[in-house]
Amino acid sequence: MFNSSSKTLHKAAQLPKHGKSLWHHAWLRLKSNKLALFSAFTLLFLLLMIVFGPYFSQYAFDFIDWEYMSIAPDFASGHYFGTDALGRDLYVRTLLGGRISLLVGLVATSVSLIIGVTYGAVAGYFGGGIDSIMMRLVDVLYALPFMFLVILLTVVFGNHISLIFAAIGGYIWLDMARIVRGQTMSLKNKEFIEAAQAMGATTPAIIFKHILPNLFGIVVVYITLTIPQVILIEAFLSFLGLGIQEPYTSWGALVNEGALDMEISAYSLLFPAGFLAVTLFCFNFIGDGIRDAIDPKKS
Amino acid sequence: MFNYILKRLLAAIPTLLLLITVAFFLLRVAPGGPFDSEKEMPVEIQRSLAAKYHMDETLLQQYFRYLANISRGDFGPSFQYKDFTVTELIAEGFPVSLSLGSLALFFALIVGVSIGTIAAVKQNSWADYLLMSSAMSGISVPNFVVAPLLLLFFAVYRDWFPAGGWGEGQWRYLILPVLALSLHYVAYISRLMRSSMIEILQSDYIRTARAKGLSLSQVIIKHALRPALLPVVSYLGPAAAGIITGSVVIEKIFAIPGLGAYFVQGALNRDYTLVMGVIVFFGVLIVLFNLLVDVLYAWLDPKIRLEYS
Repeated sequence: MFNSSSKTLHKAAQLPKHGKSLWHHAWLRLKSNKLALFSAFTLLFLLLMIVFGPYFSQYAFDFIDWEYMSIAPDFASGHYFGTDALGRDLYVRTLLGGRISLLVGLVATSVSLIIGVTYGAVAGYFGGGIDSIMMRLVDVLYALPFMFLVILLTVVFGNHISLIFAAIGGYIWLDMARIVRGQTMSLKNKEFIEAAQAMGATTPAIIFKHILPNLFGIVVVYITLTIPQVILIEAFLSFLGLGIQEPYTSWGALVNEGALDMEISAYSLLFPAGFLAVTLFCFNFIGDGIRDAIDPKKS
Repeated sequence: MFNYILKRLLAAIPTLLLLITVAFFLLRVAPGGPFDSEKEMPVEIQRSLAAKYHMDETLLQQYFRYLANISRGDFGPSFQYKDFTVTELIAEGFPVSLSLGSLALFFALIVGVSIGTIAAVKQNSWADYLLMSSAMSGISVPNFVVAPLLLLFFAVYRDWFPAGGWGEGQWRYLILPVLALSLHYVAYISRLMRSSMIEILQSDYIRTARAKGLSLSQVIIKHALRPALLPVVSYLGPAAAGIITGSVVIEKIFAIPGLGAYFVQGALNRDYTLVMGVIVFFGVLIVLFNLLVDVLYAWLDPKIRLEYS
């Protein structure tokens, strides 16, 4: 009896009381994408581990345990992931490295977000000569082998973490600017923009109040795809020894150390490599999932 | 078409100029110089060294001298590798980097296109899911993680391949680095190929071809492959740039004497001319490759071909 009543309830809930919004549809589609959902939970778990995990270890990230060097995971001594060649605890180092990697990812993505969205929206909204000058600049920057310049920059100015943020953020905004510009160009001829203009709204007001909120979907997709890209670049630099410096560490630096040490203890490679790969994997799947969910053609 | 190529080549000049300018001044404002050493050098020697390499001129004079030299194709002498010009060093390292990079790109293209096509034909089957989730892992695992893992399993645990070195380009030395360098691009290309192939296979002319009685493999090879390749071709430009950058890491891990190794070493030693030479060389290479890709694109897509002619 309980069963049948819950079924009718379920049916009643399905009847459209109000029309569903575009976002509601997108959310439903995203919820039915099991891989994206699974990735989101995995990422959440990783995040909790990275934030709170280090407090569950008795070791500091730069503590050198002379008794245990390059050991395999060992619960008796409290080295859950083993130790590196200097006897530092890999569990703590991997999680703290994760903090740095994710922090770089978030900060550099925010930098790219602010520059890219503003730049793209302005170019797209004004169009004409301003647009072609602004986008020509993007084209020129795009054609540069940017990784080489970033390598140069870190070699030249030393390995300052804020410099890495700025360098990566300053490069990664190009994609965002292009996408936002394209979206803006198609938005600006819509009736609601015309209405806002007719009501006497100023240009900045139109851009910030009417254009930007409508870019939200596509921007969210590109944020989730930019974060793994940034983490990757930071890891790449750290791997070359140009990113974060000792005793601090990031996943890229840990993979580098692990690779040097792998013949003695493969765990020092496998743990950071695993964390890095799983994080990138999750971000990519979530980004893909959101992109599919927002695309109205897929409904 | 000729006009188009000419226009593109002209448009590349500001890009290269910007690249040279940024790289030149970045290097020069850096603390330290190419002649720094542990020992204190007598002032006279310092002065004559500076004079020999024109380092006693103002920065702007040096900049314009460098531009003039480079427009004649003269990259100057290396500061660190005595008695070598940068051109000689590039000529030595580039063939190695080129064979590594082109093999990786070729491998990525062949395998990526095949995997993508198979996944598209078997859409939503277990084979499709398997191939596409492995592709996603391929995209997510960076080359500097793949490379040590490959080394660990195939050179340390199993003694199948040498753990590094170039071995004059013997295939045994090539397999692991090429695999590590190309995996990401195999994955990306297969994803691109799958989605474009699915779209093409749903179009009317494919149905017509099937209705005429052509087999699936004939339809794919004769009718679907060429249009489905378009997104892959436009991805080749960024892919080539990525492979060039990636080879810096791969060359480091596998101890391969290519251009990438010179670049990082040169930057650490403040070998101004060598670093500039490698950057300019790669910049030109990327510009030319992008142009080649666009020409190829026009050749594949008749709509675009008409626009240019």
